[in-house]
Amino acid sequence: MIRALFPHPVLALGLFATSLLMSGSVEPPSIALAAVLALATPQVMRALDAQTIRIRSPKAVLSLAGLVLVDVLRSNWAVSAIILGRRKQQRRSGFIHVPLDLKDRYALAVLAVILTATPGTLWVEYDSATGRLLLHVLDLIEEDEWVHLIKTRYERRLMEIFE
Amino acid sequence: MTSVDLPAWAAVAVGLLALAGAGLSFLGAVGLCSFRTFYERVHAPTLGATLGMALIVVASVLFFTFVEGRFMPRELLIGVFLTVTTPVTLILLARAALFRDRTERGRDETAGDA
Repeated sequence: MIRALFPHPVLALGLFATSLLMSGSVEPPSIALAAVLALATPQVMRALDAQTIRIRSPKAVLSLAGLVLVDVLRSNWAVSAIILGRRKQQRRSGFIHVPLDLKDRYALAVLAVILTATPGTLWVEYDSATGRLLLHVLDLIEEDEWVHLIKTRYERRLMEIFE
Repeated sequence: MTSVDLPAWAAVAVGLLALAGAGLSFLGAVGLCSFRTFYERVHAPTLGATLGMALIVVASVLFFTFVEGRFMPRELLIGVFLTVTTPVTLILLARAALFRDRTERGRDETAGDA
C-alpha cells in the first residue's frame, strides 16, 4: 500500500520541498499543491521503469557531502591560483584511467557530478563493460595518487550509500 | 531599492559576497580564454558554477531574508539545478572533443594533450 502510493520516496520528498520553495510560502494552498506534485509525479516515473533509489547509510551521505564541500573549496583555490599564473612552468595536465568497482547507475551519476563540478577534474568517459573511467586532470602530479584519492574518498562512501 | 531598510553590516556582507562570487566567475572566464587546449579550458568555468555560484546564492538569500523579513531560501534551488545540470553539458563537450580527437587525428588520449 505504502509502496503503491510512494514508489520513489526520495523523489516525492524532493518534489515536495521544491514546490514549497517555488511557491515561497508554507500556507495551506502551497502545501496542497506540493502534496499533489509529490504524489502524482512519481506515478509518471513508473512508465520510465526507473529503479528506486535506496539509501543505505544516511551517515555516509553527510560525510560525503562534507568531503565534497571541502574538496570543492580547496580545488577552487587551486584552479584560481593556476589561472592567475602561479606555477606556470611545471604544471602538466593530462588524462588518467581510474578502474572503478562501482556499478550502481545512480552512484556513478553522483560520482560524475562530483568529479565534474569540482574544478580541476573532468569526467570524460566511462566504459561500463570494463568499469574503466577516463578522467582529465588539470594539475596532474601523480597518477596513482589521484586514483587512490578517488577510490578511497568518494568511491568507498558511494558504495556504502548505494550498494 | 531606496525603501529597503537593510542594516549596514548586512549591506556590506551582501555586497562583498556578491562581488566575490562575480570575481570568481570572471576568473573562470579569464581561464577559459587563457588556457591552451580544449580539455584545460573546460575546467575553468566550473569556478563560477561552484563556489562563485554559491557565494552569489548566499548573498541573495541574505538580502531577501532581510528585505522580506522571513527565511525562504528559494535561491537554493538555483544552486541545486546548476550543480546537477552543468556537468551534463561539460561531459557532453568533453566527449565530443574526445570523439573528434580519435576520429580526425587518430590521437591516443592517454598520451596526454599538454
